[in-house]
Amino acid sequence: MGSKPRLMGYRRENGTMGIRNHVIILPLDDLSNAAAEAVAKVIPGTLALPHAFGRLQFGEDLQLTFDTLIGTGVNANVAAVVVIGIEPKWTQRVADGIAKTGKPVAAFSIEGKGDLQVIQEASRVAAMFLQDASGLVRTEAEMGDMIMSIKCGESDTTSGLGSCPTTSQAVDRWVDAGGTVFFGETSELTGGEHLIAERCIDAATRDLFQLTYDNYIKVIEATGANLLGSQPTQGNIAGGLTTIEEKALGNIAKTGSVPVVGVLKPAEMPSASKPGLYFMDSSSAAAECVTLMAAGGAVIHLFPTGQGNVIGNPIVPVLKLTANIKTAKSMTEHIDLDVSGLLRYEYDLTKAGDMMMDVIYDTVNGRLCKAEVMGHREFTFTKLYISA
Amino acid sequence: MAITPPQFLLHHDGDNVAVAMTDLQPGTLQGRSVKEGTESTAVLNHAIPLGHKFALTDLAEGDSIIKYGIKVGLASAAIKKGDYIHTHNMRSYRWEASRA
Repeated sequence: MGSKPRLMGYRRENGTMGIRNHVIILPLDDLSNAAAEAVAKVIPGTLALPHAFGRLQFGEDLQLTFDTLIGTGVNANVAAVVVIGIEPKWTQRVADGIAKTGKPVAAFSIEGKGDLQVIQEASRVAAMFLQDASGLVRTEAEMGDMIMSIKCGESDTTSGLGSCPTTSQAVDRWVDAGGTVFFGETSELTGGEHLIAERCIDAATRDLFQLTYDNYIKVIEATGANLLGSQPTQGNIAGGLTTIEEKALGNIAKTGSVPVVGVLKPAEMPSASKPGLYFMDSSSAAAECVTLMAAGGAVIHLFPTGQGNVIGNPIVPVLKLTANIKTAKSMTEHIDLDVSGLLRYEYDLTKAGDMMMDVIYDTVNGRLCKAEVMGHREFTFTKLYISA
Repeated sequence: MAITPPQFLLHHDGDNVAVAMTDLQPGTLQGRSVKEGTESTAVLNHAIPLGHKFALTDLAEGDSIIKYGIKVGLASAAIKKGDYIHTHNMRSYRWEASRA
């Protein structure tokens, strides 16, 4: 690979390492989106993260919303957080969850004050947070300091042949260097789930993986639905993929060859003392999956695509690679790396891996990826069931 | 390592489907297997777009379709060597309800 530049990131109060330095305005609920977006307009340079939920949720579904919000605030790509909610109690709960890491956080609630007063108060704090964050400097980082996540989308048959094997190269190199990687997409392992089970590091991990997979599939199969067009998607089918099993094997082709060291619940953070490849129970919908992985602590995401998915995330750079020459040519504003030459035998997989690592290094060190440049900031919650 | 770009790829030797690497017209094609690097020729019966599949053997209805050396579906109709394969003649064996 030759000599690499040093990796440089932002070391956070709890020791985690980020590659971006966002000050976020985080609404607790849909009702607070307007105030959060107003604060981000008053203080340009801060980033509002509007979303659709947070009201009348209960039980496990509510807990996942809390975990997603707190995890997003805790993520090492975030320097400071302003939380705004309609009611004080849940708003404070999210702020407290984030504050445990030592990160600057402030909470504001709207009831009894109205949007305008909250916008004024929150903007004063956001201004201070932004100025303080701008003074933070990057320091030397290792892959072992950082969590990478992977998830593919709008896959086609070129994904399993080119972009996913290239991603595998990065996964193996990242984990070999002491880093942590998340993969997920539970339903999209169907037909190849035995391959993942075989790679689980011990019997307890294997049992948990199998249970997690079986529970997810039970929900899908209980509907009795014809999933053709949903999973695989219409885009997958247009790209030549016919069955879930065929799609799954392409998906799995991106997970490297390292063992699976753990199974995470949606948005769960892994133990810092146990690096390696983790499976996170998650939807295969791009924005849901990347949002959950960011909440689990991922600071950079690799996204192999075939037909051309455009997804981004507000706090995590989402790098797109494709081996489909048509997509590479027609969607240049979205594609960070074209590895179609792999399928023309212009270079080998090791070389494609080197090309991927070059893009990763540049992105870690601050170069914006295409999704960031294009303003793709999909922040999408996974809903487990109906609200009360 | 540069070689003439293959017109089709199969993942493993022994797979009974191959993937088009460009938009293909019917005729004799040059291809190779990714894993073993075995070069081969095949005759395609239909025009198919980049990324779509065709059969490398004759298949009866219910036969397994093998890609990556693993079963990825069933033939839902009789398929001749060289025929286009997609949702019209292949289905999932795991999700029985998922059919075109």
